[in-house]
Order: sequence, then structure tokens, then C-alpha cells
Amino acid sequence: MAEQQAPLIECIGIGKTFGGVVALQGVDFTLMPGEVHGLVGENGAGKSTLMKIIAGVHHEFDGTMKVLGKEVRFRSARDALDAGIGMVHQELSIVPALSVAENVFLGSQPTSKLGTVAWREMARQAEEHLQRLGIHVDPRAEAGDLPLGLQQLVELGRVLFSGARMIILDEPTSALSPPEVQMLFRVLRTLKAEGTSFIFISHFLEDVLEISDRVTVFRNSRRIATANAAEIDKEWLIEQMIGRGHEGLGEAYTGEIPLKSEPGAKTVMVATGLTQRGAFRDVSFHVNEGEVLGIYGFMGSGQLELAKALNGKTRLDRGTVTVDSKRLRLKNTASAWKDGVALVPESRRSMLFGMEPVYKNISISILDRIDRVLLRPSKERQIARALVETLRVRPRSTEAELRTLSGGNQQKVALARWLTHLPRVLILSEPTRGMDVGAKDDVVHIVKGLKEKGIAVIVVSTEPETVLSLADRIIVMRKGVVTHEFANVTVSKDRLLAAA
Amino acid sequence: MAEDTAPTSEQGRRSLGDWLARQMTNIAPFITLLFLIVVFGLMAPDSFLTFSNLQNVLRQISVTAIIATGLTFVILTAEIDLSIAAVANATGIVLAFFTAQEAYVAIANVPLPGYAAIIIALCACFALGCVNAFGLTVIGIPSFIMTLAMMQIGAGISAMLVRGQIAYAVPSLIKELGSGNIGGVPWVVIVAALFLLGGHLVLTYTRFGRYVYMVGGNREAAEYSGVNVKFILAAVMVIGAVCSGVGGMIGVAYFGSAQQNQFDTYLLDAIAAVVVGGTSLFGGRGGIPNTIVGLFVLGVLSNGLDHIQIDSFLKVLIRGLILLMALVINVYAQKLRNQRA
Ligand SMILES: Nc1ncnc2c1ncn2[C@@H]1O[C@H](COP(=O)(O)OP(=O)(O)OP(=O)(O)O)[C@@H](O)[C@H]1O
Ligand SMILES: [Mg+2]
Repeated sequence: MAEQQAPLIECIGIGKTFGGVVALQGVDFTLMPGEVHGLVGENGAGKSTLMKIIAGVHHEFDGTMKVLGKEVRFRSARDALDAGIGMVHQELSIVPALSVAENVFLGSQPTSKLGTVAWREMARQAEEHLQRLGIHVDPRAEAGDLPLGLQQLVELGRVLFSGARMIILDEPTSALSPPEVQMLFRVLRTLKAEGTSFIFISHFLEDVLEISDRVTVFRNSRRIATANAAEIDKEWLIEQMIGRGHEGLGEAYTGEIPLKSEPGAKTVMVATGLTQRGAFRDVSFHVNEGEVLGIYGFMGSGQLELAKALNGKTRLDRGTVTVDSKRLRLKNTASAWKDGVALVPESRRSMLFGMEPVYKNISISILDRIDRVLLRPSKERQIARALVETLRVRPRSTEAELRTLSGGNQQKVALARWLTHLPRVLILSEPTRGMDVGAKDDVVHIVKGLKEKGIAVIVVSTEPETVLSLADRIIVMRKGVVTHEFANVTVSKDRLLAAA
Repeated sequence: MAEDTAPTSEQGRRSLGDWLARQMTNIAPFITLLFLIVVFGLMAPDSFLTFSNLQNVLRQISVTAIIATGLTFVILTAEIDLSIAAVANATGIVLAFFTAQEAYVAIANVPLPGYAAIIIALCACFALGCVNAFGLTVIGIPSFIMTLAMMQIGAGISAMLVRGQIAYAVPSLIKELGSGNIGGVPWVVIVAALFLLGGHLVLTYTRFGRYVYMVGGNREAAEYSGVNVKFILAAVMVIGAVCSGVGGMIGVAYFGSAQQNQFDTYLLDAIAAVVVGGTSLFGGRGGIPNTIVGLFVLGVLSNGLDHIQIDSFLKVLIRGLILLMALVINVYAQKLRNQRA
């Protein structure tokens, strides 16, 4: 068919700057009918920015954009949707106060003949859509109460079944565990067979190679290469993305990983019989000085909830936690921090201040250690500047408003917060979520540094790679209980998945 | 990626338009104020644009300013306090209740030395603030509802103590602060200025002030940062009530009498001053300088309308319309800010 050959979306020479920051320069990009087009690149390379231009979120840009051969300039996301382009954003745009069903049908509720919202119908359809993605949730539940992974699936459900023929997925799997990712891929393949095209952005290069027909690489706000997925491999992608020495990057967790615990290390945290109704029960573990304990489990296994309870964000129903033999009060997050326990939660939005500059986001937790009463902005900036440098946050500014940073760079700022005045126990929930290969490597180094300083680290994740690349000892959770512990053995991704 | 862009040059390159867009929420109220001054100045040049009238405006906004200082803290955390006027009223009346009144005032009051009456009144507003704080942070009642109840409680306390009567006497210190002058400057203006200054210093230069902004900006994030969010919320509710209480005491002396419902208009005035000034009702944005501009917008508006010849019933409507306009500009400016980076 002739139509098959014409691109659905064609971007020619797209450029975009924010104030003085260049986000895109002369980018050409096409989406062909019936293809899954993978998009990869380092944090801040400009991927999300291009997608937001295509989806009508940014409307001031240079260059031309054609949809179905016609030049267009969308005024809003609504325009793009009307043209058949839907987008799942990297930062979830779910409305927490609305029900799951309302979120699935956001902006397009089915109505009855009288023009009122057909609630029952809506709930039924929403449930159906979500079942196709393999999840069973009450469509009447408040979306904000769901764990992050489920929120991501709800949002996917909204866009995938909205009838859009061109769908942009910006890091759609960052909060999902392998089974959900596979389920999502099955749905994508079905929809693709029905004629939908996708742009798929992810830092999981294997996933990109598995699902994509073509892959485009961005670097430093430019498009570097586009290739058929069948003809390339991960190595090649990393080389294109980074364009510098990259030996060992992204390799840390493949094959057999030996786990080794330091014998005779001092125990820092001991948790006994931790139970929270509906989330986890009877969880016991300990973490030693200079040790990284990985807690792995699929989505909904309770490990993310466990992390929040250890930080006093939510209440335990039963169980005790001690740090250096002192029992934690766990009244609230402030008391946990005083007792030496800090957490980086899985959701950036819930720990960062988007409207505030980077330095205030970093200093907030340590203001009392800088000065009991007064603020010392110059000291705050000095601390922030050092961290921005060591973590290679881009742009290299302590003054940039946080929300203008790319997703991966925001994650670095979230981590930076706890690195000046170290806690006794640092809990990292999905610490590499949304980070590029290089940044993930940086995290591995940061955690190594923390270990050397004798910090006890707990890494909680639904992502096998994260746990495998960081942990010295791994406990596996399933449906709220600990099912397995890997200590002083070699472990591989397959064995970890099998235990979960 | 801006590989080698130093932070300073990046800011230097930010265009003037961007800067203006970002500052719009702060600039818009200022423009409203200038607009009002010009309009009233043209319509009533002889009486409006005089030094003595400036003094009038200052005096007229002083009590509101004291109350609005505390309210600024509350609104910055994205909470609201609807009991400010009632707490002011109750505190003023408590003060009068513990002061010796003239024989013809038929109130079963308990005369105490002046300092004791002042301390008791301060304790009263502090206690009411604590009740607000307790309801909000411990029980978990939304501040809108909690302070609505407190509004009734405050009115009830006032009613019980004066029983429809009017008291006139207050301790001499308060009387001086409310109605006296020093070197031609009314004390009430000085007190208001000190409150605003104090509030500003706390908000901008202390750790507590930063927490107030951060709790308002993203409460969950503040919690995850190890900030004791409940403590901050409790503290702003108490600050709100104590500022209202002091405003109430000074207000009684300023009016020259203590009676029920005398502060009713102050609820809307204080909220309007804070919000018109550009402090966001969603928290985290704004501050005392905004409140000051808002106070002047309101003060000039009320005062100016008295200087021009129009139907006094129409004035109320005009006041409402201009406030609405200021709010529309404010919201629009906020949108503009969010759109531009
Ligand atoms: N609203 C904004 N204001 C200012 N700068 C912005 C804004 N949005 C993005 N940028 C900048 O544009 C650049 C590209 O960001 P973008 O979000 O497109 O990166 P990305 O490739 O999606 O990265 P990530 O993998 O981390 O999500 C970054 O330097 C970022 O700081
Ligand atoms: Mg992105």
C-alpha cells in the first residue's frame, strides 16, 4: 500500500530552547505506520522535550512538524489528541483525587443519552481495559491511594485504549516489574497488529531492543542515529548514547553475581516481625555497617510499603525496629530522620519541590545542621554546588527551578539530599528509576562510597538490575512475606526472578 | 545538556520577558495599586493625594495588617483561618472584661491590673490557636472546617462576656498603642509595621520560615525531607491566632470600645489583603511584601471611595468588583508564570 510508506509523524529540523538552555537542535524524526519506534539517550538529552512538542504540550519551537503529510502546529494537548496522538508522560499525570475509572476516562467520559456521565458503564469499561493490562483494581478506588506501579498502569490504560493511533510512551515501565512489562508488551503487540504506532522511550535498553522496530538515539539535544532494532545491540546503543569510554557500563548485573557479606560486621538495623495490614507481614531482617541489603519483589509484594514504614511515613501494626540497639520511635518522618533513618521514595513528585531551586531541594533536610535558627543561603548553595558537581546534575546550576530538570536529573537531586549529613541507615526505593546507564553507574559508585563510610544501605526495588548491581545480600518478598534470602552465594537475574 | 554552561551565564541569558513573566504575580498587585492611586488622585486630587490622607490610610490598615501578618503564615502553608476576626473579637473582649470599667457599663467583669489583663488576653488567643492547631493536626479536621467552628466559638465567648453591652476601658498600655501617637506617628502604625517586619524576617531568614514555604509548596515532599509537618502547621495556626488576638486588643483601643461583632469585616479584609497581594491560596508562594501591597490596595480602595461622590451603596459593589479584578489578574499572572520556564 502506498499509504504504508508515508510517515505518520514527520519532524524536520526541530529546535527548542528554554531561556538560555538548549534542549533540541535540528532534530529530524519520523514515525512510520505500524511501527514501534524506540527512543534512547542520556538524561537531559531532549527526548521528553521532543515528545512534548509532538503531543502539543510545548508549542513554541523551531522547525516543522507534519502529521499524515500535513504541516501542523498544535496549540494544546487536546489538539494533538484530536489528531490521534496520545502520550503517557514520564512524570505521572494521574489525578490522585479521582477514581481509577475517572482517570482511565479522563476528558472523555462515556455519557448516557441525557448527557450525564454513565458511571456504571465507565466503571465496567475501565475494569475491562485494566484487565487487558493484567491488573485487577476496583475502578472506584481513589487513584492516589494506589501504589506507584499501579498508577502507571492506570495511566497507560487511559492512553492505550483512548483510540489514539499514534501513542507516545515516555518511560512507561519505570515503576513496573518484569511481569507487568511483559504484559504491557503483549498489549503493545496486539495494538500494533491492529494498526497503532508507538514511540517508546526507556533507559532499559534490552526492553527497547525487544519491543522496537527502529531505534533512534539522542545525545546532547541532537539526534545521533536511527537504526533497525534487529541490526544493533546494547553495546552499540550505549556507544551512540554516551560517545565516550563506556567499558563495563550496563554490564554490572549480567551473568552470575557473587554476593559476599563481611563476616563480623557490626549490625546497625534490626527489624523484627514487621507487619502492616494489607501490605506485608512478619518481615524480619538486619543490615550491617557498610552493607547493602537488597529487598526485591515484584510489584505489589509489599517492599515499597515496607520502606515507607521504616521511615515513619506510615504506621506499623506490629513489630520493632532498632538502630544501633536503640528502638526507633517511628512517630513520623522527622523522628525517623533524627533517629538516623532516611528514605528516598520511589516517586520523585512526592519528595521534591518543583517550584523551588535545586539548592533548596537539597538543603531542606539539613537546614538544622547548618544553623539551628537562621538560614545560611550561601552555605546551602556551597553544599549544593559540590553535590551538583559530584553527581553530574545537568544543568550545572544550583538555581534552576527543579521542575525544569529532566527526569533523571531530578532523581539525582533527590539522592543528593542525604549525602552531606549522612544518616545511619539510608533506604533507597527504586534509586535508579528513570536514570540513564551512565547515571546508574554513578549511583553504584555513590553507594560504594556510602558503604565505605560505614552506612547501612537498604535498596528496595521491583527491578532486578537495580538490586543485582548494588546489593551485598538480597531478601526476596512475595505477597508481603519474605520468601528467600540470598547471602554468600552467586545469583543471577533468572534465579532472582524465580525466587520472587 | 548544557555541558559547560556556568550557572551565572545561564541566568544572564534569561531574557527580560521571562523574568517579567516569573515576577508577574508580584508585579500585578503593584500595578493595581498604582492604578487605584492614579484614578483616585485624578477624581479627588485635593482630598485624596494629601499627606494627612496618607496617614489616614496607614491608620486604617494597621489593625488589618497585624491580623494579616499571622494569616500570611497560615495561607503560605495552604491552610486557611476563618476564625481570625472572631479570635480578635474575643481577645479584645477578654481584655476589656478584665479591666475596670465605668460604673454605667453593666458587665459582670473582673477588674485586674493592666498587665494581668493583657497576659490573660494573650493566653486566651494562644489557647484558641492551640485548639485550632489540635483540631487540624491531631484530629485531622480540615482547617476550613475547624476554623469555621472556632469562628462560632470565638463569637460565643465574646457574646457570653459582654452580653450585648459595650465596654470602653482597656489597660493604659493598650490604649496608648491603639490610639496614641509618638512624634506625630500613631503607635498603631508602628505596631503594625513591627509585626509585618517581624513576620518578614521570620519568613525569609529563619529555618522555620523556610519550612513554612516548603510545607506549602509540597507537603508530602516536606514530610519525606524529614520536616515535622504537623508541628509547622500547628505553629502557623497558633501564630495566626496570636496575631489576631493582638490585632483585636489594639483594635479595641483603636475603636475606643469593645463590643460584639466589631471585627466582622476584618475576616474578609485580611484574607483579601493576603491574596490580592499575590500570596497563593495553594501555598508556597508569596510573603509579607505581597501582603503589604495587598493591604495598601485594600486601604487605598476603601479610603479613595470615601473621597469621591458616589452612592454609598454603590461603593460596596465597586469595592467587590475591583477586588474581583485584582484576583483575576493575580490568577492570570500565576498561569503565565507556570507556562514560562
Ligand atoms: N520547562 C523547562 N524549562 C527549562 N529547561 C527545561 C524544561 N524542560 C526541559 N528542560 C531542559 O531541557 C533539557 C532536555 O530535557 P528532557 O526532559 O527533554 O530530557 P530527557 O531526554 O527526557 O531526559 P530524562 O531521560 O532524564 O527524562 C534538559 O537540560 C532540561 O533541563
Ligand atoms: Mg524525559
